[in-house]
Amino acid sequence: MSKFPFAFLDEQSKKEIRRAVLKGVAIPGYQVPFASREMPIGRGWGTGGLQITLALVGQRDVLKVIDQGSDESVNAVNIKKLVQGTTGIETTIHTKEATLIQSRHRIPEVPLRSDQIMILQVPEPEPLRSVERSEFKTKQLHAEREYSGAWLLLFEQIMRYNQTSQGADYPVLVHDRYVMNPSPIPRFDNPKIHNSDALILFGAGREKKIYAVPPYTKVESLAFDDYPFEIEKFEGKACKVTGLTDVFLDELTDEQTGETYYLCNDTSFMQEYLEKRGTVHVR
Amino acid sequence: MFDKPILQIKNLSKQYGEGCSYCQHENAKLERNFCPVCKTVYACKNISLDLHRGEILGIVGESGSGKSTLMKCLYFDEETTTGEGFLTDYFNGNENIFTQSGQQKRFIRNSLLGMVYQNPMLGLKMDFSSISNIAEKQIAAGNRNVKQMVDRSNALLDKVNISIKRSKEPPKNFSGGMQQRVQIAKALSSNPPILLLDEVTTGLDLSVQAAVLDLIKTIQRVMQISMIVVSHDLAVIRMLADRTVVMLNGQIIEEGLTDQILEDPQHAYTQQLVYSLL
Repeated sequence: MSKFPFAFLDEQSKKEIRRAVLKGVAIPGYQVPFASREMPIGRGWGTGGLQITLALVGQRDVLKVIDQGSDESVNAVNIKKLVQGTTGIETTIHTKEATLIQSRHRIPEVPLRSDQIMILQVPEPEPLRSVERSEFKTKQLHAEREYSGAWLLLFEQIMRYNQTSQGADYPVLVHDRYVMNPSPIPRFDNPKIHNSDALILFGAGREKKIYAVPPYTKVESLAFDDYPFEIEKFEGKACKVTGLTDVFLDELTDEQTGETYYLCNDTSFMQEYLEKRGTVHVR
Repeated sequence: MFDKPILQIKNLSKQYGEGCSYCQHENAKLERNFCPVCKTVYACKNISLDLHRGEILGIVGESGSGKSTLMKCLYFDEETTTGEGFLTDYFNGNENIFTQSGQQKRFIRNSLLGMVYQNPMLGLKMDFSSISNIAEKQIAAGNRNVKQMVDRSNALLDKVNISIKRSKEPPKNFSGGMQQRVQIAKALSSNPPILLLDEVTTGLDLSVQAAVLDLIKTIQRVMQISMIVVSHDLAVIRMLADRTVVMLNGQIIEEGLTDQILEDPQHAYTQQLVYSLL
């Protein structure tokens, strides 16, 4: 792969992406347009996150890639291989060892540090898109801080289901100014963005937008006065392997017995936990 | 009436196109409201109106006379080209509403005005439940309490004679008359002092028309809301409006008490209009 420049993208492209990132950091929650190059993976498969990763990666960085909690799904492995092949940097599955963490739809269970950067892949950056199809108009609505559309969506959910049914991508208000889609992370992860020690970046390759939440920024999930925001609860449920209860759990079905059981969604966290406890190495 | 009008419009004009030296000339000859040289359309020309508290003002005129454009300008759906508008409830009528920022215009629209369009598709989100449609204006006006908004919306649905059992159905399931009543409930939800009604009964059958007109009249009597009613149907105007203005080619050609205008029209066009009444 030596015919490619370091980190695949040419220097001009990386510079443009870094500029967009800087602007995003300067205006928390604001969607910065960027060019979005062709990538060797299809748009909508994490190209936004990948381009940010490639623009930021340096020779001493250690990369972790998560796909919905898993380090070893095809998408995560391929992205890791591409970055490693064009930079030669180390990759890891351990959240603590990583300096860059690119993720699809999860923020790790291990708390992030101020020397780490979290990069989330975003399918739809616009929180108002389902009420307003025109980009021209949504830009205006953001400029005028007119977010009734986002509130209306939640209100409609309450009317239909007597609760907000938005499981992932639950909209947040950043720094009391911009309403933002936090990418399809579960509501469980929304509080982790608030006052985070790490810089959190969002890349939408297909929609050509980059936005950011700088460290220690106020991030509030939208909620009506009498319907407070709630994260997913797993009352009476525990991870089948570790017995943990305070983590995000996946519901699975044993195909032989038809029995429902739960597992930690963050597989590397589960593995670390088991290793620390001295249990057999699970893979 | 000698009290201060709640809404004053002064010399409102709306044109589509740049205009040219030919049509900007004082005595320019236009084809209706259309400049034959530069193709500019003068939809509204120097419209001045007063609306008093609790009054219903009727606007009549043929299609293309500029009635709906005027309403759209008042509700900020269209940008006015020139002219001034003053609302007593907005900075005591000392600020021109047409030159405010987008944010301020939105505030005026959400808190001080209500609009009922001829086509419910324009005024309602057809896939959202009716109750959300009604609550939308309250959300926009800053309410963040679900129970309050639900109570208010249900009260309004009751007022417009829609069963609360159907409040969670989307308006697309409703008949035309019901959709129009949902629109009226929505327009009223933020308790605005002024309601704009654009051809609300056009396209409804006669018994439904009567029900909607009855509702409008009741709202005016009970809630003392001022209204501007646009219609090309003189029967509707006769029933609702206290005062009427007649528009032709983007201009007001006659105004006065509704009875006066219908019984003793002065302008040739109004005469023709009144006598063509079946």
